[in-house]
Amino acid sequence: MDRRLPRLMLAALLLAAPGFAAAADPAVPLQRAEVDVRDQASLQRGAGLYMNNCVGCHSLKYVRHNTLAEGLGLSEQQVAENLQFTGDRPHDPIRIAMPGAAAEEWFGLAPPDLSLTARSRGTDWIYTFLKSFYADPESRTTGANNKVLEGTAMPHVLWELQGIQAAVYRTEQAADGSDRQVFDRFELATPGRMSPAEFDQAARDITAFLSWAAEPMQLERQQLGFKVLLFLLILFLLSYLYYKEWWKDVK
Amino acid sequence: MSDGLNLGRRRFLGVATGVTSAIGAAFVAVPFLASWKPSARAQALGAPVEVDIGKLDVGSMLRVEWRGKPVWVLKRTPEMVEQLQMTDEMVRDPESNEPQQPDYATNRHRSIKPEVLVVIGSCTHLGCSPMPRFEAGDPALGGAEWYGGFFCACHGSKFDLAGRVWRGVPAPLNLVVPPHSYIDESTVLVGVDTGAA
Amino acid sequence: MSAASNKEPVVGRQGGGLYDWFRQRFPWDQLMEDHVTGYYAPKNFNWWYVFGSLAMLALIIQIVSGIFLTMSYKPSAEDAFSSVEYIMRDVEWGWLLRYMHSTGASLFFIVVYVHMFRALLYGSYQKPRELIWIFGMLIYLSMSAEAFFGYLLPWGQMSYWGAQVIVSLFGALPVIGEPLVEWIRGDYFISDVTLNRFFALHVVALPLVLLGLVVAHILALHEVGSNNPDGVEIKKHKGPDGKPLDGVPFHPYHTVKDLPAWVMFSLVFAAIVFFAPEMGGYFLEHANFEPADPLKTPDHIAPVWYFTPFYAILRAIPNKLGGVLAMGAAMFVLFLLPWLDRSPVRSIRYKGPIFKVALTLFVISFIMLGWLGLQPATGVYTVLARVFMVIYFAFFLLMPVYSKIDTTKTPPDRITYHG
Repeated sequence: MDRRLPRLMLAALLLAAPGFAAAADPAVPLQRAEVDVRDQASLQRGAGLYMNNCVGCHSLKYVRHNTLAEGLGLSEQQVAENLQFTGDRPHDPIRIAMPGAAAEEWFGLAPPDLSLTARSRGTDWIYTFLKSFYADPESRTTGANNKVLEGTAMPHVLWELQGIQAAVYRTEQAADGSDRQVFDRFELATPGRMSPAEFDQAARDITAFLSWAAEPMQLERQQLGFKVLLFLLILFLLSYLYYKEWWKDVK
Repeated sequence: MSDGLNLGRRRFLGVATGVTSAIGAAFVAVPFLASWKPSARAQALGAPVEVDIGKLDVGSMLRVEWRGKPVWVLKRTPEMVEQLQMTDEMVRDPESNEPQQPDYATNRHRSIKPEVLVVIGSCTHLGCSPMPRFEAGDPALGGAEWYGGFFCACHGSKFDLAGRVWRGVPAPLNLVVPPHSYIDESTVLVGVDTGAA
Repeated sequence: MSAASNKEPVVGRQGGGLYDWFRQRFPWDQLMEDHVTGYYAPKNFNWWYVFGSLAMLALIIQIVSGIFLTMSYKPSAEDAFSSVEYIMRDVEWGWLLRYMHSTGASLFFIVVYVHMFRALLYGSYQKPRELIWIFGMLIYLSMSAEAFFGYLLPWGQMSYWGAQVIVSLFGALPVIGEPLVEWIRGDYFISDVTLNRFFALHVVALPLVLLGLVVAHILALHEVGSNNPDGVEIKKHKGPDGKPLDGVPFHPYHTVKDLPAWVMFSLVFAAIVFFAPEMGGYFLEHANFEPADPLKTPDHIAPVWYFTPFYAILRAIPNKLGGVLAMGAAMFVLFLLPWLDRSPVRSIRYKGPIFKVALTLFVISFIMLGWLGLQPATGVYTVLARVFMVIYFAFFLLMPVYSKIDTTKTPPDRITYHG
């Protein structure tokens, strides 16, 4: 009788999904990013794309260049040549080119630092966000809007790679009988340099890189974890046998 | 009802469990103790400092900070270098036998290049920062016997233009020469020996 | 045999001189006798009974990891968030220290909830153990306060807004409410001032309180002796040596039993720390990876999981003061348990079906309230929260009645141990 209750407890606890905190729930369901942080080639590509397209506005202020070297399997030399501003030293954090005050002037708010975005919003969010820009010259001065973050001030930085998408709507009946426009899907109006599959991979690479950047020590953590659990298993066996041995005394 | 076999087993298991637990405890201690090592930020802040001496006038001194300490870079005049031998008799450790400097600075001028002195500006008595007194013949510092150097106002210690400490002053040792090297003719890298990255 | 006279040097013992010098000046022997080697605990403890010592292990883990975190953490609004990332990335093994502390906090509450549940199962709060229960409840409250103050320290979005919500609850109190809130904050809004004082409370004040209460808890326990799953008083039957026949010395029997439990706990602890420190956002909430922004409220403000049952009760009442009082009552009613339970037997093993049903309903309501505390406070969720809140309170408030009318079996006089 005693044993059923804690199992009930566990089951109920596991039912609830806390979910990620988003500023507003996105109009599109989030796609699964399925990043693999162990894939160093993916991380390197993602880092390259990030440094070429993102670091102009988005700093990674909690990541040092020498951490980048270590985590991506590159030498400090390679990082210095390909992924670093001149003047920055290996131990410096990854800063942006744009001065902070100017950012607020140009975009209305400073583009956020992305060091921890993979942990606060999640990899699925980042991946879907990168893929959800669409042409919207009427409402946005940048000409582009985003279905994951409606009203974003961010321009469609990767338009040359992805091409330009149009948002296609369908008509639906609302509860009160009136018609309303519901987002249906994206359509590629102007192709980019990459095919959709290639761009998906590029978006995944950037997401993988950001997932790594949010917690650079995650691989080390898991590797150490195996050893620790193995050790504890052995210790458990020994201590359990020892306990049993002593309790033979007890009648 | 414990027979001999049982006691043996009990002891074995006890020892095995005890030893394994002790090993586990030692492993657990490692991260806590290691967390005291200088962090990546401390290492970044303590990184070598580049000093541009290209525009430094001969006879003048630059001050920079390295690892929280004042580092002086002095471009000595040929005269100053020449006159270092005059103070050989007056200083405690003319040949720099005490380990206050790297091997390459264990010479009279206590530096790599004779004309450039790189030294930590912290008195070896109690840590005050001595003042430069490059004018030879200063009556307050020994008149004819003063060929220029550094004077520490706290307790009156005197050092010559190679940072060597005078006899008869409270400070016991020569000023410390930090590891340093030359990236090129006009740039000193304080904190790193030649050959190290 | 009193140990007071037992101060003769032990011949042939290593370090004999120093050891004896110490024993002559410190009641070491007496302490060992009273609390370790001579403290007899029932021989029929089941695995529900390891959770007390596991709670002590959790406390030690929190204190040690906490001390080391304090060495690098900066308690100012400007630096707090970055100092946590500094610990995670720049301090050697800092990430491990951080995860140990965040995981330890949640596991501490799990262990303590199971520990309290054991008391419900076996009537461990009944006479003469009411004071142990009261000290225990005070520990639970102190732990909750400790966790609350600690949660502000990372200065993330959830830290800030969680503190904002909970502190403003005090404003519901009539007359003194608003000045009280300002006094708690030390400022006109949750600020650097608030952070600094919460830091002092979390790092110094409450740990000292907790340690004191734990000592009191254990002393009170040792004074009357442990309960057991049969609810039988082992002190009723003593042997010629004056020791309970149905007990075994705590050391070595229960220490050697606690050890594999400690190792199992460490296994679970390590599995989480190394493989799932965020635990899906339950142990490390996603919103807290964003720095606190007083101008932007997160969509869903929820306290950490271990507070959610009480949070659900708070929100179930539409009136702010009413909600605060209900939440307080939900915690306070637990103190009354020793006097609400009128059953002549202690353990569930000898209680009737009414208690078993009541306890089952209570557990379900506690879990459901916990889940509901994480959901938005609208529609069917609010209805459910009210239903389960009623069940929660009914478990306690109807207990004087149902515990008396329930059928009981006669508990045995002696304990039977099934090795």
